[in-house]
Amino acid sequence: MPALLEIDGLEVTFAGEAGLVPAVRGVSLEVDRGEMVALVGESGSGKSVTALAVLRLLPEPPARITGGRILFDGVDLLRVGEEPMRRLRGRRIGMVFQEPMTSLNPLLSVGRQLTEAMEVHLGISRRQAERRAVELLEAVGIPDPEGRLRQYPHQLSGGMRQRVMIAIALCCEPDLVIADEPTTALDVTIQAQILEVMQDLCARLGVALLLITHNLAIVARYAHRVNVMYAGRVVESGEAVALYRRPAHPYTLGLLDSVPRLDRPRGAPLEPIPGSPPDPAALPSGCAFRPRCRLARPRCAEAVPDPVPIEPGHRSACFEYRRLRAEATA
Amino acid sequence: MSRYLLRRTLGALVVMWAVATLVFFMLRIVPGDPIGAMLFDAGDAEAVEALRRKLGLDQPIWVQYAKWFWAVLQGDLGNSIYGSRVPVAQIILEALPRTLSLAGLAFLIAVAIAVPAGLIAATRRNSAADHAVTLFAFLGLSMPDFWVGILLIIVFAANLQWLPAIGYAPLSEGFWPWLSHLILPAVAVGTAFSAIIARMIRSAMLEVLRTDYVRVARAKGLPRALVIFRHAFPNALVPVVTVIGIAFALLMAGAVVVENVFAIKGLGRVLIQGILNRDYPVVQGAILVVSAIFVFSNLLVDLLYAVIDPRIRYE
Repeated sequence: MPALLEIDGLEVTFAGEAGLVPAVRGVSLEVDRGEMVALVGESGSGKSVTALAVLRLLPEPPARITGGRILFDGVDLLRVGEEPMRRLRGRRIGMVFQEPMTSLNPLLSVGRQLTEAMEVHLGISRRQAERRAVELLEAVGIPDPEGRLRQYPHQLSGGMRQRVMIAIALCCEPDLVIADEPTTALDVTIQAQILEVMQDLCARLGVALLLITHNLAIVARYAHRVNVMYAGRVVESGEAVALYRRPAHPYTLGLLDSVPRLDRPRGAPLEPIPGSPPDPAALPSGCAFRPRCRLARPRCAEAVPDPVPIEPGHRSACFEYRRLRAEATA
Repeated sequence: MSRYLLRRTLGALVVMWAVATLVFFMLRIVPGDPIGAMLFDAGDAEAVEALRRKLGLDQPIWVQYAKWFWAVLQGDLGNSIYGSRVPVAQIILEALPRTLSLAGLAFLIAVAIAVPAGLIAATRRNSAADHAVTLFAFLGLSMPDFWVGILLIIVFAANLQWLPAIGYAPLSEGFWPWLSHLILPAVAVGTAFSAIIARMIRSAMLEVLRTDYVRVARAKGLPRALVIFRHAFPNALVPVVTVIGIAFALLMAGAVVVENVFAIKGLGRVLIQGILNRDYPVVQGAILVVSAIFVFSNLLVDLLYAVIDPRIRYE
């Protein structure tokens, strides 16, 4: 059976003052039905652009999708008209955005914002939608759901608002939810709760989840598979466990070494990745990670490494992954 | 909410008092007085003194002020100092419906043009329609309203003879006579006003269309009309409503000028006549009424805020 979502060689460029800037350079990834997949990378690596491209919500211009395919349930979303695309949004693909404080309309009640998509997509009455909204708010852990329905966004905390956003994303029981940094704007104590709720509900409803984050630490717990993005490309992808135990790209290794881990000796120093991500308008030749990579060889400057399978289900876009592995086992 | 209302109403009353007081003293600072205007500076000293006493102008200015203010509080605006000394209230009551009809119709026409124009310009940014709206806005803003009025008279009254050129017919004579006399002056007054609102709506909409919640509304798969009219437009209205309140003053000022072009005996004519004649009670009364209209329309705007925005409603 084909994957639910298959992004294949997606390319997105932005028209900037200095000409065309490539934001996404040939991203490929898959999400199966009911699966939780993570897309990890630093800010500016192109992960949010990839997510918005799937829903075709990129501001065009300045953005432009210049290549690739986005197959959703076998249909290429890049060839679908605006009206069928609209009927897909919210109905079959839900989205949770990063900023709960600004993602809700300040002038409309929580209930209105929760019921409108159901009325449009499911053709149910407002009363029926409200009944369902109460259940949804309960499911995402909001106390007194009936009362909350009549409240306005400014009367809710950030964590509560993000719960509402999750309820909105799930209200039509979509096949896929894309969550773009859903916890970045929240207190650390709230982050785990929100992720728990999301994971739990997606699992219960059989909804696939594409979780976009810069935090590799949360990924291990919530994702089956992980895609690591750097400078507009997926540089490594694989099962979460395999990728953690035996990373096959120096960037992934760098990310893992720069966060504290329980499976390492306590007090071991954290090692940040030297340098900073490249300016997408002025990418280095060859591998974009080369200037920050201690394993770089001359050939890394000559060609852009493509992701190649190194073991079943595990791909790496590094010419030198064998040296990396050899070092790790030495 | 009720506290919000109370605060705004009290503020409005203070503003009206300040305006009335200012006008009272300013009128008396302006060179010339009613006696001079009446007797053409030709009367003998005794007659002047008699008249001055009769009108109460011989008393100290603060006594005059106190007397006038006390009368106003009781609802008495005084009498014109000319001829048969018609009560000021009667003069204003005759003129006010004309000015209000004119300003009201101008407002309706302006909004009816500005809202669709602004929305089209914002949702089809950089299209031919957007450029057309921008051009219309610049034209509308740069043409003086009395000149537009004269132009309209030449085209629609003199040449095409579709509408009467001058005058006013009260509503009691029928809807069409009333409306036909007002259309041209209302368009003349409303043009600049609609240009301002159209530009405001365009820029406010462009801002709102970039917000996260509009993107969320689109991500929900709502039809375009719902995204624009339920999510974007009400949010864009918040800053626009502010400008509408302020611009309503502009509309009144425009009405005063345009009334003279179209020979409508409204508040504008009463004011200009009163000022030329130094008819103190008439000018004071008319200004008081104009300021009341202005203050009231701004109060309405404040209330409108509360209707639109729950954050104010629950303050």
